[in-house]
Amino acid sequence: MKRNVPLAITFIVGAVLIFSVFIPPMENWGEDFTLFFDIIAVFAFFLGGGNLLRVHLTKLSRRKQDWPYSIVTIMGFLLMLAAGLFRIGNPGDINASLTEQGSLFQTIYDSVFVPLGSTMYALLAFFVASASYRAFRAKNREATILLVAAFIILLGRTPLGTIVTGWVPESFSILQIPNLAIWIMNSPNLAGQRAIMIGIGLGVVSMSLRLILGIERTYLGGDDK
Amino acid sequence: MTSHLMPPLALTLVDIGRILSLAVIAGGLLWLFLRAIKRKEVERRVIFLFIFVSVVAPILFPTVFQEKATPIVKDVFDKIESLPPGSVVLLSYDFDPAMAPEVQPMADAISRHCLVRGLKIIYMCLFATGQGQFTSTLENVIKPEFPDKVNLVDYVNIGYKAGNEGVLNVIITDFKKMFPTDVDGVPYDSIAVFKGIRSCKDLDLVISIGGGKPGIKEWILFVGDPGNVPIASGVAAVVAPLMYPYYPAQMLGMLGGIKGAAEYESELVHHYPQFKNSPTPALLMMGPQTLAHLVIMAFIVIGNILYLLERKKGRKR
Repeated sequence: MKRNVPLAITFIVGAVLIFSVFIPPMENWGEDFTLFFDIIAVFAFFLGGGNLLRVHLTKLSRRKQDWPYSIVTIMGFLLMLAAGLFRIGNPGDINASLTEQGSLFQTIYDSVFVPLGSTMYALLAFFVASASYRAFRAKNREATILLVAAFIILLGRTPLGTIVTGWVPESFSILQIPNLAIWIMNSPNLAGQRAIMIGIGLGVVSMSLRLILGIERTYLGGDDK
Repeated sequence: MTSHLMPPLALTLVDIGRILSLAVIAGGLLWLFLRAIKRKEVERRVIFLFIFVSVVAPILFPTVFQEKATPIVKDVFDKIESLPPGSVVLLSYDFDPAMAPEVQPMADAISRHCLVRGLKIIYMCLFATGQGQFTSTLENVIKPEFPDKVNLVDYVNIGYKAGNEGVLNVIITDFKKMFPTDVDGVPYDSIAVFKGIRSCKDLDLVISIGGGKPGIKEWILFVGDPGNVPIASGVAAVVAPLMYPYYPAQMLGMLGGIKGAAEYESELVHHYPQFKNSPTPALLMMGPQTLAHLVIMAFIVIGNILYLLERKKGRKR
């Protein structure tokens, strides 16, 4: 029972969603099932929030390593939750939009979340530079090709590419660095990406069929007996 | 007399800053080259310092380069140009603040372009944070530059719904089922922008701005292909190479990274001179990107000099 019910649900939902694509009268069924999915997805927020509190409160109560950071996490979470749920510091009444300029929710978002998020992403530049210095070395033929391609793309993504090779006549325009960068993206990159995508696509189809037919049961947890 | 023939040497503070910072970076790199010849490795913190200076200097002393739109960017611009006034474009903010510096300029420039062309815009997001990012466009572009444009008539924000591709799977056949109201609770049927729009199939263009999941790939798979809806995108530079297989058959064009955004801004200013004084953050960001790319290339060369010298030494042994 514990295993058969989830297996039956997976089979029914999977089969309906497949048939809804190919059989027009079943189109609405697919739509309804997707709506159910969207409703279930909302509960992931409750689970996520609850789990975040559980993990950090445990860390805090047991004084685990870096526990002071958990205080920041919990305070941030509760502050945003309160500002959002109870419209604290919102201009206008309770029905006013949360993202209204000047609301506490939007102010915290703009003044804390946006700069922190952008900073974290910007740190990538430092690691990319350091990794490029160590990794892009002409150790063999393949590495050299990769190195040359990286140089062309790096230059092609800046106005310098145009400045450096702008003098190349139009009849040889493919030799202009921005055009070479586009060629790399449009030909070798595209061929590789398509091959990977077709492989992934076939993998997804086979895995989905295994799930729908109950052959793949690891998602149920434990052994598959 | 000489002063009539020769132009006066009028260096501004910004020019001096540019020259000094370039001299510092070039001098530092030359010093590292010389050290590399003596087989001395470059420490990680030195690389970090150079990247810091190469990014900060062009921010403090801005240099704006002229950009020419590449075909993949031009295709998006031309598509919007070809739409008659009153057409409905859906702009999906599928990104978070981490990606915003790269893709927010695209969203702002495309919004400007659509509004100046008299197109109607439906704003939505597949990322919860997209709603906050839309506020940035609303406050920095729509309200100050298009005060005559009216919410619900010229544009509408229907906000965020959880469910990722599940959301798209529904709106491809019925918008109202998933978005019965806009973010402010105005019923679907009272929104003028939605007049004649039942599903995504009735839209003239969909543009997804982002780079994560859900994003442009989901828009293509769940809306563009099944509904035969024209789809375009603006994505972060790291995602752009992954999206080329969809261009041009399934995705009519793409703005890739800050370069794509800069090309679009340049094209917009070229066609609509009234935006000459509007903010062009992407064009400004091309300065730091250019210098940082050059510094990275210099470090790759230094790394290879070291590697080749080490290999030569190894052979001698």
